[in-house]
Amino acid sequence: MLVSINWLKDYVNTQQLPPAELGEKITRSGIEVDAVIDRSHGMTNVVVGYVESCVKHPEADKLSICQVDVGEETAQIICGAPNIAEGQKVIVARPGAKLPGGIKIKKAKLRGEESNGMICSLQELGIEGKLVPKAYAEGIYVLPKDAETGSDVIANFNLDDTVLELGLTPNRADAMSMLGVAYEVGAILSEEVKLPEISYQESADTAASMLTLTVDAPEANPLYVAKVVRNIKVQESPMWLQQRLMAAGVRPHNNVVDVTNYVLMEYGQPLHAFDYDLLGTGNITVRHAKEGEMITTLDDAERKLSAHQLVITNGEKPVAIAGVMGGANSEVSDATTTVVIESAYFESGSVRQTSKDHGLRSDASSRFEKGVDPNRVIPAAERAAQLLSELAGGEVLSGSVVFDKVSKEEKIVKVSPDFINSRLGMKIAFEEMLDILNRLKFTTEAVNGQLVISVPTRRQDIQIPEDVIEEIARLHGYDEIPATLPEAETTPGGLTPYQAKRRIVRNFLEGAGLLQATTYSLTSEKSAKQFALEKTETTRLLMPMSEERSILRQSLLPHLLESVTYNTARRMDSVALYETGAVFLKGNDELLNEQEHLAVAITGLWLDNSWQGEKKPVDFFVLKGIVEALSAKLGVELTFERGQMDDLHPGRTAFVVLNGQRIGVIGQLHPSEQKARDLKTTVVMELNLAAILTLETEALVYTQVPRYPSMSRDVALVLSKFVEAATIENVIRSAGGKLLKDVRVFDLYEGDKMEEGKKSVAFSLTYFDPEKTLTDEEVTKAHEKVLAALTDVGAELRS
Amino acid sequence: MEAQLQELKTQALEKIAEASTVKELNDVRVAYLGKKGPITDLLKGMGKLPAEERPKMGALVNVVREEVTTQLEARMVLLEEEAINAKLQSETIDITLPGRPVKTGNAHPLTRVVEEIEDLFISMGYEVAEGPEVEKDYYNFEALNLPKGHPARDMQDSFYITEDVLLRTHTSPVQARTMEAKGGEPIKIICPGKVYRRDSDDATHSHQFTQIEGLVIGEDIRMSDLKGTLSVFAKKMFGDDREIRLRPSFFPFTEPSVEMDISCFKCGGSGCNVCKKTGWIEILGAGMVHPNVLEMAGYDSKRLTGFAFGMGPERIAMLKYGVEDIRHFYTNDVRFLSQFQRTEL
Repeated sequence: MLVSINWLKDYVNTQQLPPAELGEKITRSGIEVDAVIDRSHGMTNVVVGYVESCVKHPEADKLSICQVDVGEETAQIICGAPNIAEGQKVIVARPGAKLPGGIKIKKAKLRGEESNGMICSLQELGIEGKLVPKAYAEGIYVLPKDAETGSDVIANFNLDDTVLELGLTPNRADAMSMLGVAYEVGAILSEEVKLPEISYQESADTAASMLTLTVDAPEANPLYVAKVVRNIKVQESPMWLQQRLMAAGVRPHNNVVDVTNYVLMEYGQPLHAFDYDLLGTGNITVRHAKEGEMITTLDDAERKLSAHQLVITNGEKPVAIAGVMGGANSEVSDATTTVVIESAYFESGSVRQTSKDHGLRSDASSRFEKGVDPNRVIPAAERAAQLLSELAGGEVLSGSVVFDKVSKEEKIVKVSPDFINSRLGMKIAFEEMLDILNRLKFTTEAVNGQLVISVPTRRQDIQIPEDVIEEIARLHGYDEIPATLPEAETTPGGLTPYQAKRRIVRNFLEGAGLLQATTYSLTSEKSAKQFALEKTETTRLLMPMSEERSILRQSLLPHLLESVTYNTARRMDSVALYETGAVFLKGNDELLNEQEHLAVAITGLWLDNSWQGEKKPVDFFVLKGIVEALSAKLGVELTFERGQMDDLHPGRTAFVVLNGQRIGVIGQLHPSEQKARDLKTTVVMELNLAAILTLETEALVYTQVPRYPSMSRDVALVLSKFVEAATIENVIRSAGGKLLKDVRVFDLYEGDKMEEGKKSVAFSLTYFDPEKTLTDEEVTKAHEKVLAALTDVGAELRS
Repeated sequence: MEAQLQELKTQALEKIAEASTVKELNDVRVAYLGKKGPITDLLKGMGKLPAEERPKMGALVNVVREEVTTQLEARMVLLEEEAINAKLQSETIDITLPGRPVKTGNAHPLTRVVEEIEDLFISMGYEVAEGPEVEKDYYNFEALNLPKGHPARDMQDSFYITEDVLLRTHTSPVQARTMEAKGGEPIKIICPGKVYRRDSDDATHSHQFTQIEGLVIGEDIRMSDLKGTLSVFAKKMFGDDREIRLRPSFFPFTEPSVEMDISCFKCGGSGCNVCKKTGWIEILGAGMVHPNVLEMAGYDSKRLTGFAFGMGPERIAMLKYGVEDIRHFYTNDVRFLSQFQRTEL
């Protein structure tokens, strides 16, 4: 809502407050002022000029040489506007003038001809192009003939004004009108509100003699008022009215349309004007549309109507979509002489639905949607009749044609002062409360210590005692509310074990050198299931904004890898990212099975100590090491089993297993996937983090630090290339007996000194007895059993 | 023989003095004191001397030998020290070379902000509550006093999956679920999480972003408690000298509703580009829980009251760290992410 302060002063005394200060007061008491706009934009030296003569520039087709009387003198000005003509009153920026956007006007020569100033369009005075009347949109603005030559344009044409741009919350529909804002300002400044005085000469003939009214949908349209004004002359509105509309963000058209818009802005009550003769039937019937019925609206769009939509008809065919937009078939034009002014109460839900159906939001529909004041419907019609008689020379037929079934009763809210104070945590005196309600123009009585408040229909947001608390608190001042802390029992607070462990996981990964990333949950059909541990039916949005963000992800890796590529494409060759977040699987009920996952993607060098010559590219085992250490940290036993997954290297992929369930995957990207993503060797991992974190871990009890030394023996084996280390380790462990404490691979050789198809693996075995120091014989005895078992399974001992 | 002995001694001491390395000195030792050396020879040759001269000569040889030994050892200490010094000298490194890199990662800036806020409220006795991102329309809207047909729940603004299921547009459904689960009992929670709205991504909008909301319900919870709590939050989060101001606002689930500004932490209130010359920065929305919301969750709104507040970690991170474009949080440029490593304490 744009509020011209000059206009506002018609209704309320603003106490000569500077606009910024007034804006601040409005903001602090409840309606946010988003901007304070100086309509003069600091302009100077802009005057009314009279074009005495206008001839074509000899050197330029599109330029005219004008002799312009600017009061003090007659100045030659070159003008490029197509609509410049002799005898016009125009806006002239004199040499030295300042215009919006830091433009300064200087004397100049244009194609050899001197130009002493500039003839201005409204756009050049800082008015948005879409607000400039169509006739002047492509050229200069032409002032009324009676504009005084040489006089100051800024002062005389309402440009020395400031506009407050209000950011209205949906509850404050009452402030979508100048009167509503006046009530608000009046309450803030303790000033009375002066309503427009409505009086005009009525014709002897009655409106009812020319127009009949039928309302067939009283639920959706409980109040309809029509006035008839004849013998009007459709023309441009006077300058003050045009300027007020432009200040309010409305484009002037002609006096009839402008009057309906002016009253809309003034009262917040949308009006519509029909050309009486084009209606043709002398009848208005309000009814629901017939399914498939057509109407061409004022924006020249042909629209198909549905049965739930409300229309205004002439008894035969639709002439307007109720509350949304008028029809082209009854539009007021320059030829119009008699108009029907409609002022109505259309039910908000009906207008909202219809406006949404047609994708049409207008100043009218946005007000009906939020509910207009039933007590302003009739005054707004009267105000329009008055203005049409004043500005269009119209003859207002006496009376109105009315259908009225609407309740205009005020809502009664009862609230006790103690309740107000206890909810606010402060003491506001009873008298002060009464004063505030009085300033708001809420009729208030004190009955048995209770406030009995009659809320004006313009404030439909006030329904319950809490609403009254807000009114009193905001006008008393939120600054006055003290700062206390809840007095209730203190509670311990804290994280759940799950949440605490999630933080431990994050800290661990960050300590291991990974950066935390955050990617989008919405993805494309193509990426939705890639790398998913558990593939379920995908979940698609009803109305996605793009295909790229249309499906809920089932794995974190596709987007995490996109982030890796983003970085490598910017020459950061080594990237190590992790992310924790939900994946979305089909669940058993209407909600999805949201699983918190952990994903890691690493590319480039894992070890990079360049000047010491230590460089190690990332590999499968970097991630396996991270998972192993993480499982130790969390006290859960994770094992690994060879596996395969699409887009991962078939020989370098393992599933992570927890209690027999596959809960994760580690692998190197398949070379073709790496190529597709423009990556070098990249390893990835994804774990079902929730499965790990929901496990309760056992209490930690220490085991005694060894008191006796352990002994180690090494064994090097020649094995077939396809025998896995873990298989051999198991053989060793089961043969080693209770003295064998640890088995560790310490060397692997697959080079050309080995026979084809063979590899050498060396294990270090640790023997230990917690009760005593082992003797060489005891260790040898145990170790020989191991060697025998190894020989049994075909391992060749290397000397 | 005595003269011979003296000559030997002089020679030996000269050689000792001349020796410039441990090895040379050892050669001298072998040459003069070794089994085949002249002094040993002299001792061996004593047998040829008359018996009465032997003790005198023996003593003399011993004196010479001891003196040579003493001198040699002294010289040895010196030379060894020199040798060590020379070795250390040769082992000097360029300490200006960079250290062996320690791999370090760090949390995402949004996690950093969220955890800071969580910890702050945990210290005030709050628990952290979480809920699903794909949510029922009921919890996301209806239970929060946003009945069907309410303008604020337009299909255009939310990502619906079915008519009754959508990606949550705020973390408030976690509050609704917690209230329902608590069955009328007092609550003190903070709810962080991802939320989604039908916005086109640009410098200030993101279709996915994070929120953190708080809810306190108890006996006699007052609006002054909300103000006090937010004031503690503002001071702990943005500095002890922060002031707060509340402005009236509107949310369907609170009444009265407020927006909270803090005095600008950059200029202190005198006006700068961070606060757009107003001295104040809008940080969060809050209010007293609407009686309809309490009643819908089975609370007796006459007996128990509450307050709720909500804020956007993106906005706070942008303000705190001067980040100009919200998309940075979702691009994962390591040159951006790795800047949020150091502590600010």
